Amino acid sequence: MTTVATPRQSIRFHGRSYHAMVLSPEPPLADWLAGLDAWLARSPGFFFGRPVVLDLAVLQPGKQGVAELLQNLAERNIKVMGIEGAEPSWLDFAMPPLLLSGRQANSIPGDHPPAAAEASAPALSSDPAPDAAAAPTSAEAASLPAAAAPEAPPAQHPNSLLLDSPVRSGQCIVHPEGDVIVIGSVASGAEVIAGGSIHIYGTLRGRAVAGSRDSRARIFCRKLEAELLSIDGLYMVAEDMPAHLRGQPIQVWLEGDSMVMAQD
Amino acid sequence: MAKVLVVTSGKGGVGKTTSTAALGAALASAGKNVVLIDFDVGLRNLDLVMGAERRVVYDLINVVQGDAKLAQALIRDKRVPTLSLLPASQTRDKDALSDEGVSRVIAELKEKFDWVICDSPAGIERGATLAMRHADVAIVVTNPEVSSVRDSDRIIGLLDSKTERAEKGERVEKHLLLTRFDAVRAGRGEMLNVEDVLEILSIPLLGIIPESSEVLRASNLGSPITLNNPASAAARAYFDAAKRLNGEALDMTIPSDRKGLFGKLFGRRAA
Repeated sequence: MTTVATPRQSIRFHGRSYHAMVLSPEPPLADWLAGLDAWLARSPGFFFGRPVVLDLAVLQPGKQGVAELLQNLAERNIKVMGIEGAEPSWLDFAMPPLLLSGRQANSIPGDHPPAAAEASAPALSSDPAPDAAAAPTSAEAASLPAAAAPEAPPAQHPNSLLLDSPVRSGQCIVHPEGDVIVIGSVASGAEVIAGGSIHIYGTLRGRAVAGSRDSRARIFCRKLEAELLSIDGLYMVAEDMPAHLRGQPIQVWLEGDSMVMAQD
Repeated sequence: MAKVLVVTSGKGGVGKTTSTAALGAALASAGKNVVLIDFDVGLRNLDLVMGAERRVVYDLINVVQGDAKLAQALIRDKRVPTLSLLPASQTRDKDALSDEGVSRVIAELKEKFDWVICDSPAGIERGATLAMRHADVAIVVTNPEVSSVRDSDRIIGLLDSKTERAEKGERVEKHLLLTRFDAVRAGRGEMLNVEDVLEILSIPLLGIIPESSEVLRASNLGSPITLNNPASAAARAYFDAAKRLNGEALDMTIPSDRKGLFGKLFGRRAA
């Protein structure tokens, strides 16, 4: 993942991992594009500024098809940074490069391609099976490229998810790639799962599962009434929380193998 | 412009049907053309509460499946001529409701009435989602207790995602109707108080219906409380809620049946 050039060389190379969305078109293409349009109508700007990788393993479009597909995506303002699962012969020099990072191109079935793609996003990383990150396992944090070389800090994921309405009972918000910010309360029976930290500007009555990719993640809320708090696989149920902190504005973080909770 | 209103709650037994009947009668007495639809197929109750159980010939399922015309199934109320009822079927189950059929029936009713009020069954399954599907306005009926509040929260989430309006990116107007409220017990902390419920659900309050024995008596007589005993505290609360639905801005009060000192003495002696 991270290669460090020897100090005497004048040109230095770094390997660095980025998170990208993988779009995986499915045949028939017209239907898939219609689905994409419907998605974009609901969340315009969803792809704005996000690196997108195209996985052609399912579609198998051929040389002509690739050119048309790229044209179609360009019309929707989706910039493709790389292509996976394609034959080298389909691509010409002007097209985005073929990515062969040692991974099998994974196809993503499902009704909502972008959503599904988001859940299994990182395409440029050579981490083993980052797709499992949606589940908050403690192994995830270890797969970060941390501190292998002084020049390469852990990859930062600036894409946070901001929700400006309360999270209702029964709803589950999953955002494996960054922080979740909720302006409002999280109801009893609701669940927020984030790869990074969770910030709740309201009462937290449900569950908050933070740091499925980052043991430094924290949970903040204005008023603690939570059913369960978890960071990087460690968890605490309501019964274990200090009684004097209930109803208080708090933050929670990890120190070694224990969860620490303090009033803000 | 007709409005489709769904009365829903998630939890059972909180007063959806009672509130549907009382609000419908209050709106109709104010001169609006109102139709009440019972979506609780298999467990119909609205006909009993409305006192129309002996006049049911055709029902919602017959109309949805095209076996009867809408005009044949509608039952006009004998007390308020602008109030009609479309009863549910007691012998079928909710799978007999089709999405297209319900859409057609509601579209047809919207042409004839000012308010189309859908009485949702409890739960979050097919019957409840079909009842809320076409709603423009939703009334979430909640009792001041934690389980009811949590179920209402779940329903609000569904109103924001599973309705036709939500799918078009619009919002369903949502109102909270707090029923069976007892100010004395809430003050003692035995019940959630109004602020707690509003803080958890964060939707605007339409009305607070006080706990009252008059409500049960009216239901058993087959008459909405707003017709049976319009002077009672619960009926006055429903009349206020109906006015707020029509866009009037009223101060929020909790009507009570509490009598003066003489009334109390007298009442006690009589009892």
